[in-house]
Amino acid sequence: MTTLVTLPVLLPILGAALTVIGSRSARLQRLIGIAVLAVVSAVAAVLLVVADRSGPIVAELGGWPAPVGIVLVADRLSALLLLISTLVTLAVLVYAIDQRITDYGRDTASTTFHPIFLLLSTGVSLAYLTGDLFSLFVAFEIMLAASYVLITRRTNASRIRSGMTYVIISLTSSLLFLTTIALVYAATGTVNLADLSARVAVLPPGLQTLLACMTIVTFGIKAAMVPLHFWLPDSYPNAPAPVTALFAGLLTKVGIYALLRTQTLVFPQDRPSALLLVLAALTMLVGALGALAQNDLNRLLSFLLVSHIGFMLFGLAVFDAAGVAGTALYVVHHITVQATLFLVSGLITRRTGTVAIDQMGGLAQRAPFLAVLFAVPALTLAGIPPTSGFVAKLALLQAGAAAGLSTALVAGVVIVASLLTLYAMVRVWIRVFWGTEKEPLPDADPADELVVGTAATSRPMYAATAGLVAVSLAIAAAAGPLSSVAGRAGVDLTDRLPYVTAVLR
Amino acid sequence: MTQQEQTPLTWNHWDEPEGEWMLPGECPVRTNRTLLLEMAARLLFPTVLVFSVYLLVVGHYAPGGGFAGGLVAGLAFVLRYIAGGGAEGAEIGTRLNLRPPLLVGLGLLLAVIAAFAPVAFGRPVLASAKYSADVPVLGHVDLVSSLVLDVGVYLLIIGVVLDLLRSLGSGIERDARESRP
Repeated sequence: MTTLVTLPVLLPILGAALTVIGSRSARLQRLIGIAVLAVVSAVAAVLLVVADRSGPIVAELGGWPAPVGIVLVADRLSALLLLISTLVTLAVLVYAIDQRITDYGRDTASTTFHPIFLLLSTGVSLAYLTGDLFSLFVAFEIMLAASYVLITRRTNASRIRSGMTYVIISLTSSLLFLTTIALVYAATGTVNLADLSARVAVLPPGLQTLLACMTIVTFGIKAAMVPLHFWLPDSYPNAPAPVTALFAGLLTKVGIYALLRTQTLVFPQDRPSALLLVLAALTMLVGALGALAQNDLNRLLSFLLVSHIGFMLFGLAVFDAAGVAGTALYVVHHITVQATLFLVSGLITRRTGTVAIDQMGGLAQRAPFLAVLFAVPALTLAGIPPTSGFVAKLALLQAGAAAGLSTALVAGVVIVASLLTLYAMVRVWIRVFWGTEKEPLPDADPADELVVGTAATSRPMYAATAGLVAVSLAIAAAAGPLSSVAGRAGVDLTDRLPYVTAVLR
Repeated sequence: MTQQEQTPLTWNHWDEPEGEWMLPGECPVRTNRTLLLEMAARLLFPTVLVFSVYLLVVGHYAPGGGFAGGLVAGLAFVLRYIAGGGAEGAEIGTRLNLRPPLLVGLGLLLAVIAAFAPVAFGRPVLASAKYSADVPVLGHVDLVSSLVLDVGVYLLIIGVVLDLLRSLGSGIERDARESRP
């Protein structure tokens, strides 16, 4: 069973090695990529079931026990997020393969896309599973290094420009992360998270606050929390749709996960955090208002992404079991729906040849299936019952209303931001899907691998997107069991004992 | 995105070297060859490679290891490349009929296999075992199974350095030659 915990980290590396070696055959690369991610999804499902039944599963690498050695821990929260992330990664890979951005043409393989994509998946898995602050840094670096390649791969001037913003911001936050780890180690002499939870508690309060704030800033940059969000709407929209979908779905959420893990385990509080509440409210409002001003569909979705990061921060800011459980549920819902929306945006662009909303129109008649694929995740994101967004928002609102006046006020902001999201989505719907039909624009750059402005879209792209829509509907259908798992995960996180005793034995 | 695409791609050549800072293989200008460096590289190349293997093997107990060893071996190739240009270092992969990415892949594969191998013996992932032996010439030798992982890292790093030489070294030179009127 402990070997199973290492598989989500090691299998994608194995896949990356094999896809580099087999880089003569595009078909082999595709098979390896899909097979690896499918196996990892299955492993994650098993981990979730076992972790939910019998507590956290701990793998001690090389047989060295914590806190000396490095441990991988799969508890309810990490297994849950691992499962949903891997499913989304798999769908995005299928979409990317069919959009033909993975290799040159159809049959000439490339040595970059598949290995790098699988390494990104390794980084994400390691970030969820690691029980050690330094390994978390390593996980972030694997993930970011891979994302630098994906965002600037086969590029043009505007992508280089936005890629530079992304790289510089990410490197800055990595530097800050490393500094934080150095300070934590200097103050406590350990980087193991379970060990830290006891040792940080006896530090002077000022030092505790400093370390907590440094982790909030570090992960806040990665999660695109206002006022550290400015890089996101500038960099994400320029990448190809599947890459943006992956980044929007996973990378920011890994930041939220890191925030959730460190704040609850290492810097616990017994009352709602005023700082996080203010940041959450700002993030929700700035993101949602920013989205209303956009004409570029991808930029609009990026601003909505920022706004919904605020929802997850809000659950954490409440700092009780219900709030943390709400965040966990919201992350699961949001990973799926945000990735879906970016994939749909890619389909729309392929159909219309543009990302500018005012250049589109009447798509509902020409592409009714596409309209359905957009409408479901759009309503889900806004949180209309009975979608998964409603389930997740309800959990957050209940937690907020129960925890006191200040959180209840911010819960009001949650409702306002949800309405603004709905408004933004309705605007997109009216302009893109209703109105007079417009002819698709010609491909702005026929030389590159992204074919746009064509009605000829092959089935797997639609199938992958529809698969993700189905996953988000399944989340809504399984709302009962899912929220009880999330509830137990929330209790685990605020209680801290199950995690700490499992790791330190 | 659309406004920026209308501007011509002037950025395209900003990173091109002013004059050639690495000597090309077929030297058009004879005086550009540095015989001293070429001779020194010929002498140093095998020595540095042996040293890199030494670093790889002692890495478990002393400073060194797969990463350091791989970098030193990579530097040997860099030296040959600077001395001989494209004809020597950068094309070495071609001469062995080995693409640098293949080396990277093999190294990674070896490392993952080394990580999983202990599971077959009922040990945890990444566990290490030690073998001691008395070898006639070398004396008492301690070998650890994690050396396999280090060999993987060693290969990977050499592959990365060769790939850098290929893409950033000879690639830039080739572009410079082709774009020259």
